[in-house]
Amino acid sequence: MKDPFILAGREYQSRLIVGTGKYKDFTETRRAVEASGAEIVTVAVRRVNITDPNRENLLDYIDPHTYTILPNTAGCSTAEDAIRTCRLAREAGVGNMVKLEVIGDDKTLFPDIPATLEAAQVLVNEGFVVLPYIHDDPVSCKKLEDMGCAAVMPLAAPIGSGLGIRNPYNIQIIREHSAVPVVVDAGVGTASDAAVALEMGCDAVLMNTAIAAAQDPILMAEAMKLGIEAGRKAFLAGRMPRKLYATASSPVQGLLG
Amino acid sequence: MRIVLNGEERECQDGWTLADLVKDLGLSHKRIAAEVNRDIIPRTEYDQQRLQADDVVEVINFVGGG
Repeated sequence: MKDPFILAGREYQSRLIVGTGKYKDFTETRRAVEASGAEIVTVAVRRVNITDPNRENLLDYIDPHTYTILPNTAGCSTAEDAIRTCRLAREAGVGNMVKLEVIGDDKTLFPDIPATLEAAQVLVNEGFVVLPYIHDDPVSCKKLEDMGCAAVMPLAAPIGSGLGIRNPYNIQIIREHSAVPVVVDAGVGTASDAAVALEMGCDAVLMNTAIAAAQDPILMAEAMKLGIEAGRKAFLAGRMPRKLYATASSPVQGLLG
Repeated sequence: MRIVLNGEERECQDGWTLADLVKDLGLSHKRIAAEVNRDIIPRTEYDQQRLQADDVVEVINFVGGG
């Protein structure tokens, strides 16, 4: 079944976007990314370690020719810092698609909405393909879409919390109102959470901790891949209506007397 | 002369360009980006960017993140 995920005019077979943080080493990172089937991989932008600049590099393990590299602005708490980070990332030569996140609170890592909107507008104007991490708020998502973001990425729950989709009704409203892809970003805990997002009609899921912090990250990566595929197929298949009372599956005729 | 590289003071030779610094760091063939005094310097201009005393240089790369 051909059912590509189209993002910024490019076709992807996988609807799972994975992060590369929190793995024990680069070999585990690579194995998890491979097992997930993801084609888009997020990375962070940080100062080169000057005391040991020849240390192995993440991109020696995640080949930018094989994967679409999606730099993020994690850790930025102002629009200015996020914009600066995106400009540097683009200069480093992995394309112009960025995951924009401007953090408004250290404890929840919830996004700062005005700062996210401000940065998104500047970046769109500079030709970036902007994928913004944002609250599960339909109004913010609509504003981001209207200013030219290539997708909207509402959170399921706080980053790294593993709580799953806390407000499915808002996510559903966002999905119904968005003409751009909806990528559920952050807060997924296990494969069923990913499946739920896709069953609701969301286009993709972005996750990191749910895989990296599993007891067996490689196996969880595969589970996520299957969860995403199951959820997508269930969405396309169209689920049966919910009913309060039972309907027998077996015929009532021919019962033994 | 002294410059500030990634937040730390560092001695570097008079007359060095950004290309010399990057080469000294062993980063000539890595995916990096650099700023001098907050201006992003395109890769093709590293060898024309002569460093001055007290320049604030930032060199970034990609690390694991979500």
